[in-house]
Amino acid sequence: MIREVEILVAGGGPAGLCAAAAAASLGAKVLLCERSDVPGGQLVKQTHKFFGSEKQYAGDRGIHIGRTLADAAVNHPNIEILTDAAVLGIYEDGVVTVLYKNQHLKIRPKRTIVATGAAEKFLAFPNNDLPGIYGAGAVQTLMNVHGVKPAERVLMVGAGNIGLIVSYQLLQAGVEVAGVIEAAPRIGGYLVHASKLRRAGVPIRTGYTIKEAYGNGKLEGAVICRLDENWKPVPGTEEDIRCDTICLAVGLTPLAELCWQAGCQMAFIRELSGHVPVVDGNLETSIPGLYAAGDISGIEEASAAMVEGRLAGYAAAGSLGYEPQKAGELRQGAAEELAELRSGPAGARIMAGLEKAAALLAARKGGAGPC
Amino acid sequence: MRIEQHPILEFDRGEKVVFFFNGQPVDGYTSETIAAALHAAGIRELGHSPELHRPRGLFCAIGNCSSCFMTVDGQPNVRVCVTKVKAGMRVEEQAGKGVVSLD
Ligand SMILES: Cc1cc2nc3c(=O)[nH]c(=O)nc-3n(C[C@H](O)[C@H](O)[C@H](O)COP(=O)(O)OP(=O)(O)OC[C@H]3O[C@@H](n4cnc5c(N)ncnc54)[C@H](O)[C@@H]3O)c2cc1C
Repeated sequence: MIREVEILVAGGGPAGLCAAAAAASLGAKVLLCERSDVPGGQLVKQTHKFFGSEKQYAGDRGIHIGRTLADAAVNHPNIEILTDAAVLGIYEDGVVTVLYKNQHLKIRPKRTIVATGAAEKFLAFPNNDLPGIYGAGAVQTLMNVHGVKPAERVLMVGAGNIGLIVSYQLLQAGVEVAGVIEAAPRIGGYLVHASKLRRAGVPIRTGYTIKEAYGNGKLEGAVICRLDENWKPVPGTEEDIRCDTICLAVGLTPLAELCWQAGCQMAFIRELSGHVPVVDGNLETSIPGLYAAGDISGIEEASAAMVEGRLAGYAAAGSLGYEPQKAGELRQGAAEELAELRSGPAGARIMAGLEKAAALLAARKGGAGPC
Repeated sequence: MRIEQHPILEFDRGEKVVFFFNGQPVDGYTSETIAAALHAAGIRELGHSPELHRPRGLFCAIGNCSSCFMTVDGQPNVRVCVTKVKAGMRVEEQAGKGVVSLD
């Protein structure tokens, strides 16, 4: 049996939850499928206070923001949330398949918003497959969701915001952080986070990389070394760091498989951190009625993910005839909010990426055939 | 080890149960995943790679990466990082790629 729905949202992180709430607020009926057992996405493990502006709940802890967004969606009469529901495929005939608990569901939505977020990147070095080498998100899940001490002594690789924040969270969980290494010559994350670590006595070393990991059956340590200005290892600078865990915080990449599989136009855009679906001003992909919002269309922040979610939600509901004028105004408001969020120095990279995407989109539209 | 004191979080672990890892009893809680409970018991090696037989642990802990496949109650290729612990569950290292039953 195929279930008909108005709007299907794939993924219940900040983008998906806000998309659902926005569309529902205009009267559309929404089904949200989240593959994990709780909605909230990355926010369920972020114990720190968020940066950004008040409109996107900055100053509040990620876990609380996640709960606020999830509660609003759960309590909305127009939204149904399925958890343990992984969206598997989006097909030409408009059918979307979902693995819900152990059932295979078939759904035919009028509009679909893909908000599946991102996956962590891996790093190549000898013995990188030893047990004890984890993504920073995995370590967060173990300690902040399950309350399991993830390690005794950690080497953190990457001094972007994630590496810095997770290092601090490790200290809070009673784990020793041997150090943070960063290949780039500068710390990538915000200085407030770096200072907190330095005050706690954790060394942060820029221009360093991991040469190899070692251990018998499980991780026992790592050899790190300095990089020269061409990012080549400097012989003789090797140091041995004993640790039972290496945490990789070397960036995220969009989890865009559903868009690939659906046949959306995709592009590799470095500034957006990988292969992304190319979207227009409504966040609609090259497949009509299929939208992408949040980290999936470029790695950014929860603040931007929330606003993108709202934008896509308003656009999708408006296109179904739900208060089109109001939807248009709200969509415009969200677009302005995004522009403001991206106006700072940190937004310059995203803006450059979005410009590349817009150029590709224009080329496709301009080059379209006579039909 | 489990975190007993945390400056921000409190953990609702659910009910304490016993399950089995390669036949040995292990304590877990019903709100934990199998991988989390094994980790808390100091078990990080969850299997071996099918060809070179190198030890394997978890990597992503959110069901993305397939590094933590194990056989659970006879069923192979279970992502133990997103499967919750149940009383009496039999969790075993999987030999090779595992055969999926099609019924
Ligand atoms: C350590 C860390 C610290 C951060 N700190 C900040 C901060 O201070 N301020 C800030 O603004 N941002 C911060 N961020 C970034 C922020 O968390 C992300 O940008 C944001 O969560 C992206 O939202 P999203 O909804 O696009 O994706 P996600 O939050 O990743 O949500 C995606 C959801 O989709 C689900 N999903 C995936 N595939 C499927 C499928 N096939 N079917 C169904 N569901 C699926 C996933 O389970 C997940 O719940 C931080 C991130 C990390 C990792």
